Amino acid sequence: MMNLSLSHFLILGALLFAISIVGIFLNRKNLIVLLMSIELMLLAVNMNFVAFSRYAQDLHGQLFVFFILAVAAAESAVGLAILALLFRNLRSIHVDDINRLKG
Amino acid sequence: MDFKTLLFFFFSAILLFAALRVITAKNPVHAVLNLILAFFTAACVWLLLEAEFLALVLVMVYIGAVMVLFLFVVMMLDIDLDRLRQGFWRYLPLGVFVGLVVALEMALVLGGEYFYAPDASLPATAADVSNTRELGALLVSRYVYPFELTAALLLMAIVAAVALAFRDRKPARRVDPAEQIRVRAADRLRLVHMPVETDAPAEDATAPDAQPKE
Repeated sequence: MMNLSLSHFLILGALLFAISIVGIFLNRKNLIVLLMSIELMLLAVNMNFVAFSRYAQDLHGQLFVFFILAVAAAESAVGLAILALLFRNLRSIHVDDINRLKG
Repeated sequence: MDFKTLLFFFFSAILLFAALRVITAKNPVHAVLNLILAFFTAACVWLLLEAEFLALVLVMVYIGAVMVLFLFVVMMLDIDLDRLRQGFWRYLPLGVFVGLVVALEMALVLGGEYFYAPDASLPATAADVSNTRELGALLVSRYVYPFELTAALLLMAIVAAVALAFRDRKPARRVDPAEQIRVRAADRLRLVHMPVETDAPAEDATAPDAQPKE
């Protein structure tokens, strides 16, 4: 007999987080996949928040997820705008091409 | 193993598979589509946790807006895929190593002696308790100030995104109302003094009073 416990969700979150860290290492040159890996990391964190909130019978954790989602949406909107601007100027999103930050 | 556990394993398998595909996909468009799948199954897992409001927000706001924005940007960019995947296999051992270390650390924390995990079976929530209603009540009472701050933050993000991506293309022909109002007669009309034209014989054409035509 195996019931669903908090550990199941925490392990799922941990695996998701580890996968997204591997993704950051693998796609070091591709800015857009880096952004996607960050989104996956946020999802893993949110998973932990929701699981703890449910098993501790405390709604504050879910509210925190709500705020994290809002901040993540703002972050990806600004990040994608920067990405589009970068592509318009450089015709590339390769990380090695972004080395022209001069005063 | 009850039905909920079975569902959990089903969704987790899809979620992890989609996450793996996100980081290994050759084409960024496939990566975004797999990311959408991952978010969708995560919403299903949250439904198992009885966080209905957040699951629906994840589907509607996150998949509906943010992921579509991602898809839009990825499709708009015309990128050199081969160059972007340089060093992919070279960094694989290091990435897998770091990922394993992170997973091991978390396993140590979760399996540790002092980690308190209330693994007892959950008390069932009453049927008339609404997750959305309770979150909303909390949001407008205790968390009203962070809520307003979030609204300000989103507004700031909108303004920043528009300011960054806005391209001011000057159209070739356009009218500036301020210039129109400030116009004076001298800008539009030029008075040219010319001697009176008379019917002169042809030999008089070289006379000094014959001005060339303007």
